[in-house]
Amino acid sequence: MTAHGHVGHRTLADWRHRSGGDYEHLLEFRDVSLSFKGVKALTDVGFHVDDGELFAVIGPNGAGKTSTFNCLNGVYRPQEGDIFWKGESILGQRPDTIAGYGIARTFQNIELFAHMTVLENLLTGRHVRTEVGPIAGALWFGRAKEEELANRALVEDIIDLLEIKQWRKYPVALLPYGIQKRVELGRALAMEPELLLLDEPVAGMNLEETEDMARFILDIREELGIAMILVEHDMGLVMDIADRVMVLDFGAKIAVGTPAVVQQDPEVIKAYLGEEHESI
Amino acid sequence: MPQMVPLLAQANSAETFLTKLIDGLALGSIYAILALGLVIIFKSTQVLSFAHGAVAALGAYLAAYFVTVINWPGRYFESLPVTLSFIISGFVAVAFAALVGMLIERIFIRPMIGQPLFSIAMITIGIDIVVRTFVGDLLGQGGNLSVGSPWGILSISKFGEIVVPHVFIAAIVTVVVVVGVLILFFRTRMGVAMRATAFDQEAAMAQGISAGRIFALAWALGAVLAAIGGIFASISPRGFGVTGGTAFFALRAFPAIIIGGLDSIAGAVVGGFTIGIAEIMLGHYLAGASGTLGLGFTGLIPYLLMMGFLLIRPYGLFGTEEIRRV
Ligand SMILES: Nc1ncnc2c1ncn2[C@@H]1O[C@H](COP(=O)(O)OP(=O)(O)O)[C@@H](O)[C@H]1O
Ligand SMILES: [Mg+2]
Repeated sequence: MTAHGHVGHRTLADWRHRSGGDYEHLLEFRDVSLSFKGVKALTDVGFHVDDGELFAVIGPNGAGKTSTFNCLNGVYRPQEGDIFWKGESILGQRPDTIAGYGIARTFQNIELFAHMTVLENLLTGRHVRTEVGPIAGALWFGRAKEEELANRALVEDIIDLLEIKQWRKYPVALLPYGIQKRVELGRALAMEPELLLLDEPVAGMNLEETEDMARFILDIREELGIAMILVEHDMGLVMDIADRVMVLDFGAKIAVGTPAVVQQDPEVIKAYLGEEHESI
Repeated sequence: MPQMVPLLAQANSAETFLTKLIDGLALGSIYAILALGLVIIFKSTQVLSFAHGAVAALGAYLAAYFVTVINWPGRYFESLPVTLSFIISGFVAVAFAALVGMLIERIFIRPMIGQPLFSIAMITIGIDIVVRTFVGDLLGQGGNLSVGSPWGILSISKFGEIVVPHVFIAAIVTVVVVVGVLILFFRTRMGVAMRATAFDQEAAMAQGISAGRIFALAWALGAVLAAIGGIFASISPRGFGVTGGTAFFALRAFPAIIIGGLDSIAGAVVGGFTIGIAEIMLGHYLAGASGTLGLGFTGLIPYLLMMGFLLIRPYGLFGTEEIRRV
């Protein structure tokens, strides 16, 4: 029995082009509004993401970027509007259900399982993708064992891709910040997502770490063809790698388009210049 | 002049010491299994279940009920040995307990997610009262339901060359259970999911792990361990039947986990053995002072030990430092 022969033994190589189907957009936000006790975090925000697209969301602090993710993955429930995944509303569903559809995320402030090893952190991503029940799994019976091996094979592939092999048995709490960010990306990838949500993946990184991360994001895109939403505070990284960019300011969409177009948008320039003035 | 009571009973040989140590380990293994149940619930859900003792008593009652009251499964198999009949009943009672644990979680605990932990702890106290009253009613006037001696009337059993003292049966089961729990937590997908959820619920859910299912599993497992502990507490050689005291006995899981650390599997085991040995040893060597201390003082030993630990090491031997108590 070869490691890759069995149907259940998925590796990164089998992954590409799994999405695609009978829907207009992979993801669509339609006039989503969210407020917290009078504070409007999002106002009538609408956008869409297509298969394999690298969509960026930028905006100053407090613009509503993280809130957009939290609405999308079911942590917050917007008061108005609707969110569609492959043409069907996912509004009001639980975060774990939404994750099960193939929507994975990283967090702005790393939320790894700090006391667990890199390997175990990645294996949490295999939870939803494992079909054998917990009892058979616990008893390590036939199918369960095969699935377990397949899970490990995929996780090892991701570890290779992200170049974190040397850390695999370390508790993540012991790792440097930049590596932790990478592990979190790996953990999200281990879910074999069709849409990956990255919340400020290079925040707090030095130039070298930022370049590494940009390279990994592009690799994931090239090799796996996963659609991504990349949230960033700075324009820099985003303008280089995104297909399209949406700009949020005070919870409202002020522009959307290709990086080149958005960069020239007077509203955007105002928002980004205005930020410095208003922060006084 | 009042007569001096000698604080230490005199002339204790090494042999007595050893006997008492073994006795303490045997008792400690029951506390360990009860404590482990409590730790699993706490680790996974951050809830300290004050209903643990009541669930233990319920499990013990069910096992005794099957064997003694309705003679199940013995009534269907005439030649079924009592021991086997009891073991089967025990498994069924434990399965029932799992169901009870899941129901408690689903009906009372899950709707409380997000509420202050103190409120949830209060709810478990309510559940404790209800379940204990229920078991008390079932026990009726006499307040005792005995299963006789499921392991036989001798204090040992022989399997060929191997001699098993009956006090060790609980310890053997404890070892099996602890190994099982360790495998579950550290070697299975479910265990990884449980540890992840315990650490960061939001991130776990973002990974597609259903926190609700993990909670249900933790409560089921906790109730299973409570029931096993309750059963061993109520049968010979440890107990004389299910009584109102079974729940209070099982509540000594609390001093055990406070000594060991609320969120530590190793701590539950070490804490359980610590109070078991302390209870037997101090009970023996201070027996001469029982006139002064009161006859029931052995039952207080785990709690006194717990208070000592709270002063010296408030997060327990193996506990995580930032864990605050309710
Ligand atoms: N859980 C919350 N409770 C109250 N206000 C919140 C909450 N989450 C976000 N907000 C508010 O919503 C607005 C948008 O926040 P956020 O989405 O985190 O912005 P960004 O990620 O773009 O920096 C801010 O004003 C923030 O204070
Ligand atoms: Mg943010």
